[in-house]
Amino acid sequence: MSRFNADNLIVAESIIRRYPVAKSALIPLLHLAQEQDGYVADDAMAHIAELVGVTPAEVVGTCTFYEMFKRHPVGTYVVNICTNISCLVLGGEELLHHAEKSLGVRAGGTTDDGLFTLEDVECIAACTEAPCLQVNYRYRYRLTTDDFDELIDGLRTGRITDVPHHGVLARIRQQIADDRLAGVVAPELATEAPVWLAASDAGGAGS
Amino acid sequence: MTDAPTKPDAIDVTLNGVTFEAEPGELLIDACERNGVYIPRFCYHPRMTPVGMCRMCLVEVDTGRGAALQPSCMLTCTPGMTVQTESELTKKAQDGVLEFLLINHPLDCPVCDKGGECPLQDQTMSYGPGESRFVEQKRHFEKPIPVNENVYLDRERCILCDRCTRFASEVAGDPLIHFQDRGSNTQVNTFPDEPFASYFSGNTVQICPVGALTAKPYRFKARPWDLEEVISTYPNPMGDRISVQSSRDKVLRIQGVDSDATNWGWLTDRDRFSFEAIHHPERLTVPLVHGDDLGNADAAGDNLVAASWAVALQQAGAVITAALDKGGPDAVGVLGGARLSNEAQYAWAKLAKSVIGTDNVDAQLDDGLPAAMVASYPRRTLNDALAPGSAVVLMSEDPKEQFGTLYLRLRHALQKRDITLVELNPTASGLGRLTTVGLHPRPGETGVVARALVDAVAGALPTADVGGVSAAAISAAATAVHGRPVTVVCGRASLAESASPTIDAAAALRELPGAAFLFALRRGNSHGAIDMGLAPGLLPGRVGLGATPEGWAAAPTVTGLDARGMLEAAVDGDLSVLVLVGSDPLADFPDADLASRALTTCDTVIAVDLFANLSVASADIVFPAAGFAETAGTHTNFEGRVSPLTRKVTAPGVARPDWVIASDLAFELGADLGFDSVESVFDEIVTVAPSHAGLSFADVAADNDGALVRGPTALDFGAPEPTAVVPLDGYSLRLVTDHRLYDNATLVQHCPSMANLADVAQLSLHPLDADRLGAGAGSLVTVISAAGSIELPVRPDPAVPRGSGVIPLNRSGADPRELIDHRAVVTDIRVASS
Repeated sequence: MSRFNADNLIVAESIIRRYPVAKSALIPLLHLAQEQDGYVADDAMAHIAELVGVTPAEVVGTCTFYEMFKRHPVGTYVVNICTNISCLVLGGEELLHHAEKSLGVRAGGTTDDGLFTLEDVECIAACTEAPCLQVNYRYRYRLTTDDFDELIDGLRTGRITDVPHHGVLARIRQQIADDRLAGVVAPELATEAPVWLAASDAGGAGS
Repeated sequence: MTDAPTKPDAIDVTLNGVTFEAEPGELLIDACERNGVYIPRFCYHPRMTPVGMCRMCLVEVDTGRGAALQPSCMLTCTPGMTVQTESELTKKAQDGVLEFLLINHPLDCPVCDKGGECPLQDQTMSYGPGESRFVEQKRHFEKPIPVNENVYLDRERCILCDRCTRFASEVAGDPLIHFQDRGSNTQVNTFPDEPFASYFSGNTVQICPVGALTAKPYRFKARPWDLEEVISTYPNPMGDRISVQSSRDKVLRIQGVDSDATNWGWLTDRDRFSFEAIHHPERLTVPLVHGDDLGNADAAGDNLVAASWAVALQQAGAVITAALDKGGPDAVGVLGGARLSNEAQYAWAKLAKSVIGTDNVDAQLDDGLPAAMVASYPRRTLNDALAPGSAVVLMSEDPKEQFGTLYLRLRHALQKRDITLVELNPTASGLGRLTTVGLHPRPGETGVVARALVDAVAGALPTADVGGVSAAAISAAATAVHGRPVTVVCGRASLAESASPTIDAAAALRELPGAAFLFALRRGNSHGAIDMGLAPGLLPGRVGLGATPEGWAAAPTVTGLDARGMLEAAVDGDLSVLVLVGSDPLADFPDADLASRALTTCDTVIAVDLFANLSVASADIVFPAAGFAETAGTHTNFEGRVSPLTRKVTAPGVARPDWVIASDLAFELGADLGFDSVESVFDEIVTVAPSHAGLSFADVAADNDGALVRGPTALDFGAPEPTAVVPLDGYSLRLVTDHRLYDNATLVQHCPSMANLADVAQLSLHPLDADRLGAGAGSLVTVISAAGSIELPVRPDPAVPRGSGVIPLNRSGADPRELIDHRAVVTDIRVASS
């Protein structure tokens, strides 16, 4: 849909400054693009290519390697229901069927109001809490179908406020103080330990 | 095959029970091949970094820790290594890898263009399973998608070997195709709506080990088993080695051949696809003379009509004889000849200088450098120039645009070998960030910047800016070349300035310790032309005037006119017959106005060419010539490397080889050049030209790398007085004009696949200059110089230094030659909004 807006451009430039090689900022910038639009737009990838000095083909190559970067618009909330072994045994399949029925979409689809995208996923590493799901990668554990309905209702009415829209990694953006940046020296050219390591060795606060 | 190891301490490797010596650093796959065991492979390519993608080259290797399967393309030979390429385990691995590769590969070989020359097909036959066990659905993609104008990608057939993508990013530096998605969905593709716009894309088709990449000019034209192939040389300044493939007397494909000395198997798309012009219907097929409306020969007629060779030759002979009677040999001039083979050039030089007796002969159209300088300056081979620890000074047109395979070799050396590169060009070249230091002198001041660089290398660092280049940059460049043997890639970077600044710069750079030159002259065989004496003041073999060569009736003693001199003499009425041998001064001479007046004023213009280009259309007598792949001979590249041009197909109509036309014309003038075959011409060259002494036609043809002619002779090029610098006023920009790969050249425009790739002419400016003039991207401006004015759109480009304006030559829309006065050293322009 769009290139970075003015605010995000400033953020993007600060992200690029963290790395000795601009290209290293590719993945954080793809996250930023996904945060801005809810998905990674082609124009955003072209913009990232300009910012880090690679071709758009290289950006799209990186982006498409990762399933969690969406290249097409998805719902405000992406609901991933696990149907791998533990969840399967403890009702994951039933939960998915219930979700499909109650949301009115098949796994992989997005509701007409653009609020929910439902996905059937493999193990999300919470087997002790099966059946489980993620909403925008925030976990919900040991769900019954009622729990699911309550979750959806809460998101729909705005009662649940701890789940930001799709693409937001964290509400608090990573901040790195200038004196703890790795510096603008490429690893192969470095002659001394990075500043943060020196700071840790000196007994400073770990990062 | 890549950087050849030189150390003598060899390593013992046991291959299938037999011990051989591998070279240090040699990859196992190469070492085995060198010793007669071919290991099957898909992703490994000797000219690219090994990646171990396809696993086809798995062999059983024991390095002392027990036998294990290892990819031989990723394994460097080590002492005592034991390798089994025939063992059960190896065979099972090969069989298994092929079965995996074939899981998603369609079995559409009967309708696939690659069928018959497909490594996957061949290796499946040799090493793979007899039949498929796979009953599931294969993956499907949209059938071929164009990744650019000429290359099609069929993703179903792709085996993800990473050859094309590696070539794009590593060799060509255009990473516009990339792996996308992952796992079984991985595919090669471009960014949406951004094509694989690379000048070298055709190479990916050649190295694709399956039928995934195909080239439009060849798609479905022939089956590999119907093709006949000869090894030849592409007549470009690098002398790229090629294979010319034809079927039923039509050239259908050109592929690169790996010559370690030159192109390493690569070609530019322009060269690769230029075969389309060979069989173009507009080729000249019969001689043309003046005639009446009914098509009968009539000297008073206004039309050009078909005539027999006898009539056309008789007319040409009579015209030349009359001119000789009236004005002596100086009334005749021969312009062009860079398209020709060495043998044809020699025949034309002998015709002009011995039979006609004129020294008014020039193969360059005032767009090159003095022949005596090119012939006498020290040279170095490309491999020596790019040896680790060397330095290169680039002082020519952008090699990416004009000398494609040189560009690829420079890119490789800059990335993989310890070499430095200093640019002494008016604008940044396509090498971009690989360039060590970019000095971009103000046009016309290359000489003073080169002088400052030479002084700085000697220790006298500049204290102030020189010629628009900062003192710091010159010092950095001096550091970059200091203590290294320097090779200067020297040519005319811009035709909007005269040759003198470049000549000054070359003379200065020659003083650098260990300096040698590679002259980047435009046009196919300019170097052969100079060596064969198609230049004023030179006789065959890089020899000056004076003695009469053996077997020649006579030779001129006074240096004749160069291209510009001939055109001026024609305008003044001193030159009455101008013979154009494969040259188009109306389109190519930097001063278009002078060329046009000269051709109009000249009594008779005789043209020998392949196509009726602008100049041919205004000629009085036209001879159709046999062109590339239609005539045999030899070619000389910019190193002085002679390699064979092989005949493959029949010339159209009654077109004749250029050396035959020269012989025929000599007969009309009552002389016999004494040639009955190309070999006989070559034999005479060897006896006449000291630079070629000892060569033989058979030897040249036998060596894939050709043969080097002997270096500089006693010929001396006295460096002229340095040209005075013309100051640039604050309101003007200084014009730079150069050539681009795709333009309106006759050859490109007669290749349907490339004709529409040439962009329209634009004025490229530094974005700050564009802002200052209030001219945004695409806005139309009027460019005015002392000589004329043109109107064209603006393109802001940060690669252009401030104060310069770049307009490409030979593009549609506007012709920058209208701005150029051939007497001026530089061309200053004013830009006004239209």
